[in-house]
Amino acid sequence: MENRPVTTESPFVKGLLITSAVVILTLFLLMPLFAVFAEAFRRGWEVFIASLNEEAALSAIKLTLLAAAVSVPLNTLFGLSAAWLVTKFRFKGRAFLLSMIDLPFAVSPVIAGLVWVLMFGAQGWFGPWLAERDIEIIFALPGIILATVFVTFPFVARELIPLMEAQGSDQEEAAVTLGAGGWSIFWRVTLPNIKWGLLYGVLLCNARAMGEFGAVSVVSGHIRGKTNTLPLHVEVLYNEYQFSAAFACATLLAFLALVTLGLKSLLEQVTGQKAGGH
Amino acid sequence: MSISIRSINKTFGAYKALEDVSLEVPDGSLTALLGPSGSGKTTLLRIVAGLEFADDGPGKILFHGQDVGGVPAGKRGVGFVFQHYALFRHMTVAENIAFGLSVLPGKDKPGKKEIADRVKELLGLVKLEGLEKRRPHELSGGQRQRVALARALAIRPKVLLLDEPFGALDAQVRKDLRRWLRQFHDEIGLTTLFVTHDQEEALELSDEVVVMRNARVEQVGEPQEVYDRPRSPFVYEFLGNVNKLKESEGKARYLRPHEIEVVFAAEFDPRTDVMGKVLHLFSAGPVATLSLKLSDGQFVEVELSRKALDEMALDKGDEVAVRLTEG
Repeated sequence: MENRPVTTESPFVKGLLITSAVVILTLFLLMPLFAVFAEAFRRGWEVFIASLNEEAALSAIKLTLLAAAVSVPLNTLFGLSAAWLVTKFRFKGRAFLLSMIDLPFAVSPVIAGLVWVLMFGAQGWFGPWLAERDIEIIFALPGIILATVFVTFPFVARELIPLMEAQGSDQEEAAVTLGAGGWSIFWRVTLPNIKWGLLYGVLLCNARAMGEFGAVSVVSGHIRGKTNTLPLHVEVLYNEYQFSAAFACATLLAFLALVTLGLKSLLEQVTGQKAGGH
Repeated sequence: MSISIRSINKTFGAYKALEDVSLEVPDGSLTALLGPSGSGKTTLLRIVAGLEFADDGPGKILFHGQDVGGVPAGKRGVGFVFQHYALFRHMTVAENIAFGLSVLPGKDKPGKKEIADRVKELLGLVKLEGLEKRRPHELSGGQRQRVALARALAIRPKVLLLDEPFGALDAQVRKDLRRWLRQFHDEIGLTTLFVTHDQEEALELSDEVVVMRNARVEQVGEPQEVYDRPRSPFVYEFLGNVNKLKESEGKARYLRPHEIEVVFAAEFDPRTDVMGKVLHLFSAGPVATLSLKLSDGQFVEVELSRKALDEMALDKGDEVAVRLTEG
């Protein structure tokens, strides 16, 4: 007699499902990753190193790090405040604010970039005013940062809102009755309760900030060695048929993705253990 | 310290949570706010604590005669114990208890040694010695409850407010903790106001019961008084079991199960008695409960001592005379 749980499929179906999962994973995720590294090293280590250790590439790396270094802390701050506002208070326009937080997810990155051009570009609303004062936003660093901030805005807030919603404000209220002030409550009660979720949100925000292509592409102007971020630099190299160099730079982005994934699963393990302890 | 609540109103949008509520809580008393859910009792407690604000108007909250309406929650000197304890998850028991002292501004903040001593003293008070290093998730419900209490007491509050203090505990722990809290209150003598929807808890534990219903205070009095002389049908029905007997012209008469007597059918007295038939009897414990169907078709529940039941040797289906005397 066959003795197996009712939820188990027959060996044939099981095998079919597992095989298709493996095939899809290999085709769509592992092969491309492998291809990036294989292409990057096809012409040897020296070429790989040389393509990275070159002025335009170094400048692109620097710009990408700079854009992330500004937009990630900003969005951490924005995300924290937004999540705190919509979860700890009930006010008019709360639902509207919630949907506005999601706007950057809903809008195409190209539009997100164009918005800034329309506002701060030479023909934009504030263009002439900025030109008179010699302030460059579009085709310059401020534009790239603006576009990155806009696109990566929801990551931290989206991560924190469900978490803080679930935690309620009981602990904060307890702290209030015990005489704690706003800062003490934030640092000693709210923040420790959300730190893992916050870290996770920051991680995702950073991955997107460094990898953003569409919005940044619109505002950057592709000035080589000046306003090209790493993803844009990869595209430029590729269009110029410098495949090895393009893939060499792409390995940096792929590496970033791997590190992000690694940290993410590490975080999930830590928080999973915490949750399991309850 | 006494608490005076004067003409408090509170609305949430279109919903009236409290309507012209006034109440005096004497110094050192243990007072229960009793009512069904939605009666406004928790809202009232939160307003006293300063976690919620009463509507503008003549309403006032006085502590020992001083208006505290403009005093923020953290400066009112209230110890508040939340229904689900609201312990700080990431802190140890000792850190939880010390929290109120450690957030005091620089000049008032006690030294490390002083805080540690106070924590130790409080742990002794709530009988949790040796648990200072534990985290909340490593404690049982009853232990968490007592940590929450110790944390509230650490700031030496002038009044203690408890929101459904036993609501999340199972029956046995509940009973033990109830008795312990009564003793504890008698030892420290702190003015205490607690919210409950459990009439037995309110009657057993408190010096004074405040029965609330639909945003209003229905009756205030000592437990015995509100139980024996309920001022309204609602209080009658809410405090313990009651038989509602319809009389002529839509009037009803309320009788507690123990206020009804059951005698042999042969002793039937037409002036006070109604004939009835035993539908069901339950006699585990010292008190037996009878369900009876009266000759006019109404049902009553009667409590009598196990001894009385045994003497009458009643059984299901027996006819008896039911004496509706009032206590």
